[in-house]
Amino acid sequence: MDKLIEHLEEVTVRFAGDSGDGMQLIGTQFSDTAGFAGNEVNTFPDYPSEIRAPEGTLYGVSAFQVHFGSKHITTSGDFVDVLVAMNAASLKVNLAQVREGGIVIVDREGFDDRNLKLAGYARNPLEDVGLAKNHVFAIDMSKELKKAFIEVELPSKLIQKTRNIFALGITYWLFNRPLDPTVSWINKKFKGKEDVILANAHALQGGWNFAEKNPDFRKQYVIDKSKLPPGKYRSITGNQAVALGLVVAATKAHLPLFLGSYPITPATDILHAISGYKQYGVKHLQAEDEIAAITSAIGAAFGGSLAVTTTSGPGLSLKTEAIGLAIMTELPLIIVDVQRAGPSTGLPTKTEQSDLMQAMYGRHGEAPMPVLAAASSADCFNMTLEAARIALKYMTPVMLLTDGYIGQASEPWRIPDVDKLPDIAPNFAADPSTFKPYVRNPETLGRLWAIPGMQGMEHRIGGLEKEDGSGVVSHDPINHQKMVELRQKKVDGIANDIPDLEVMGEPKGDLLLLSWGSTYGAAKNAYENLRSQGHKLSFGHLRYLNPFPKNLGDVLHRFDRVVIPELNLGQLKNLIQAKYLKRVIGINKVQGKPFKAIELEEKISVLLTMTNIKKWPSKKSNLDIPVDL
Amino acid sequence: MNTIIDDLVNKPHSGESHYTSKDFKPDVDVRWCAGCGAISVLSPAQRLMPELGIPKEKIVFISGIGCSGRFPYYMDTYGFHGIHGRALPIASGLKIARPDLSVWVVTGDGDNMSIGGNHFIHACRRNVDMNVLMFNNEVYSLTKGQYSPTSHRGQITKSSPLGALDDPFNPVALALGASATFVARGHDKDRQQLQNLLLQAHQHKGFSFVEIYTNCRIFNDGAFDLYTNAETREEHSVWLEHGKPMVFGKQKNKGIKLDGFRPTVIELTERGNSINDVLVHDQHDSTLAFILANMTYAENLPRPMGVLQSLTNRSSYEERVVEQIQHEVEAKGIGNLESLLLGASHWEI
Repeated sequence: MDKLIEHLEEVTVRFAGDSGDGMQLIGTQFSDTAGFAGNEVNTFPDYPSEIRAPEGTLYGVSAFQVHFGSKHITTSGDFVDVLVAMNAASLKVNLAQVREGGIVIVDREGFDDRNLKLAGYARNPLEDVGLAKNHVFAIDMSKELKKAFIEVELPSKLIQKTRNIFALGITYWLFNRPLDPTVSWINKKFKGKEDVILANAHALQGGWNFAEKNPDFRKQYVIDKSKLPPGKYRSITGNQAVALGLVVAATKAHLPLFLGSYPITPATDILHAISGYKQYGVKHLQAEDEIAAITSAIGAAFGGSLAVTTTSGPGLSLKTEAIGLAIMTELPLIIVDVQRAGPSTGLPTKTEQSDLMQAMYGRHGEAPMPVLAAASSADCFNMTLEAARIALKYMTPVMLLTDGYIGQASEPWRIPDVDKLPDIAPNFAADPSTFKPYVRNPETLGRLWAIPGMQGMEHRIGGLEKEDGSGVVSHDPINHQKMVELRQKKVDGIANDIPDLEVMGEPKGDLLLLSWGSTYGAAKNAYENLRSQGHKLSFGHLRYLNPFPKNLGDVLHRFDRVVIPELNLGQLKNLIQAKYLKRVIGINKVQGKPFKAIELEEKISVLLTMTNIKKWPSKKSNLDIPVDL
Repeated sequence: MNTIIDDLVNKPHSGESHYTSKDFKPDVDVRWCAGCGAISVLSPAQRLMPELGIPKEKIVFISGIGCSGRFPYYMDTYGFHGIHGRALPIASGLKIARPDLSVWVVTGDGDNMSIGGNHFIHACRRNVDMNVLMFNNEVYSLTKGQYSPTSHRGQITKSSPLGALDDPFNPVALALGASATFVARGHDKDRQQLQNLLLQAHQHKGFSFVEIYTNCRIFNDGAFDLYTNAETREEHSVWLEHGKPMVFGKQKNKGIKLDGFRPTVIELTERGNSINDVLVHDQHDSTLAFILANMTYAENLPRPMGVLQSLTNRSSYEERVVEQIQHEVEAKGIGNLESLLLGASHWEI
């Protein structure tokens, strides 16, 4: 029977199964293949904090979502078009996200009595009319796998391990994807293990063939190439992008790179990547704790390295005293915080943007430091370079905020030409006859960097307050005020060295949607959808949080209403209200998940239709507004 | 992989490089109390530096918090005064990044055994090449007199007016237990011996730990008199010397003999005892080092001083880092940024 072909602009596929089922793996392969096929892609890994939670349980479900299309893709997808569920629990956890009329592919063998009971299904949902609003493909995957291997002699245990790859093959058929990229990945990954290569490659082809021959699979979906600018692309997660950004920044600054880190979810992938870069001369120390991680980096910075520490919320809390030391000694240091849901241990594998206040103020004493936030997985690369530039130019620690979402989600990244990236110039001292540790560059207010080995510049620095210029320990009250103000002025002055906030849409008017960090994708998507519906609203995105862009105050006051969506209870909102005396309407979500574009779209449409209070909050009633949405 | 750092720090030392101890005295007042044991460590350290033959810009002193924390300000080298308990990881990061430097850590019993205890055990096992001088005065002095992790049970301090309830760490045993390669103990009343210990610590490639009994005149005066004063120390301590029998006493009339694993004191003047019965120190013997370390708080045994252990069979951590890099470069060539950015798979549009 001839198969039908339908063209689609965008699709969201979600793979779900037990944490040991290999869903992250096939999700990654699926998204890489989509990128390879020329689509824009955005992914969202969603997994439990247990490594191998008991099989079949609801809390053990691990999922990987891929949103891809021929149009511009900025989020991991609001609704699921195709759900692959390897057992009853993964159907139960994920079914609600499937669009009406969506496709559900399940492994029927994952719906036996035991699995149904664990998932809390009283009846088998596959026999339930409730599923009728979807196209359900219930497949006995083990049985079909066996059939596929009829002519290949391999241990059945090994064959059964490729169930996920078989499912991947089925989805490749569904979207008419080439198998080559995954086959060559299999060959690389299992090099030397011929039977494993054979099993996986065969399972992939088997899945494809199964769908091709099965009369129930009538339709294939085609997503055309997107209009990305020409160049070389790869798929990249935020954590990978930070790691690459660090190596490139060190090269551009002609400095050795040192990473002091301690394993913590969801930041550890940066440590994993850097520890494999020995060929590039990179040094790393997996320290005994978070404090040793940052203080070893401070030691390396004193010695002239581009020094870095990477962590997530609980680790950042532990590092705070040492960050103060780096501020006091005015040494360049990059602190990467891949934020996760807190407080305390919180939801270790889930995303949040709730460390902003800690990044800004989480230290004793007056301890200002630059704070940057990456907007997307690929943007982590750019912002890492920015963090390095600012740290070295201004002799200061810099906080780079990413989060569990963009840290682990991937998107296509146009690989830059390294030669064309600008050099970064460290602020080294040159003249021993005039050198004093706290003599500053009059323009940047950064002190000069003299490192051990530079003759005639031997000096002592540390956490005690120092006399301006000479750097001698000083308890003088007037000097302390001067030094506190100098450190603040230095950080404030960086505002002259960063780009202005760009506003899309009306330059002034009714409503400005203002996002920061990883909410960029959903906010921009919501903005575009609302514009295309004819609404007048504007959009801006903040990558620089301390200092804010110079024009931020002007921009805010050009709009009647400012709306800030955040994955916290209003931290940027409060910062902006305090600094610019501009009331802000917050949209706040703390569910461990990123915003969906549709969530923002719906809430903002409500605001936009409130025409009678268009000037709300008005200047008069500025303080009486009911607050957030 | 050549960096700008290589150019900056590898310039040949210009001018005079023959120093005297004066060259290591910066133009600042030493603000420790008169008679402080720390002062008695500073001068041997300043006298030792010229003997090392290292340009002073290649020497770094790093400290934490406490009275010992001020030490770097009094050495005219590079110096870093860290935060409480963190001198060791700061020094580790520096030495790993810069193996060309001579790195010294000055810490105290509170800084190193209490708040920095975790760093201490890991620094011991990691074996980064640095020299750690731990000023032990068995009290928190800079916070004005509380009991420390090396205070003895029953010690009366401001925070233990009825006597401390904790038992103390035995720092040298802790260091040995955590696999430190060089472990020694000295004191503030014999500067020549101390200077000699510091020299041996410097010469040891790897992590060198020197516990130094330093008297605190203000909050714990005389804590170590028995083991350090010229009149009593010969009877109450034994100075360990590699390859030599462990003889002590004013008349050199006593020796340490092993009874199974148990050290005992024998009188050499007694009939039937001879110098041949006395245990000979072997600083390369780690089993012996544990036995000696455990003499510390034992009744009726002299307190062991000098080098308890010096093992030369373990490479230092920063060397291994460099070797791993060299090995990778030999195997794969110097990293190519372009191919790093391309990653495992890429596509072209």
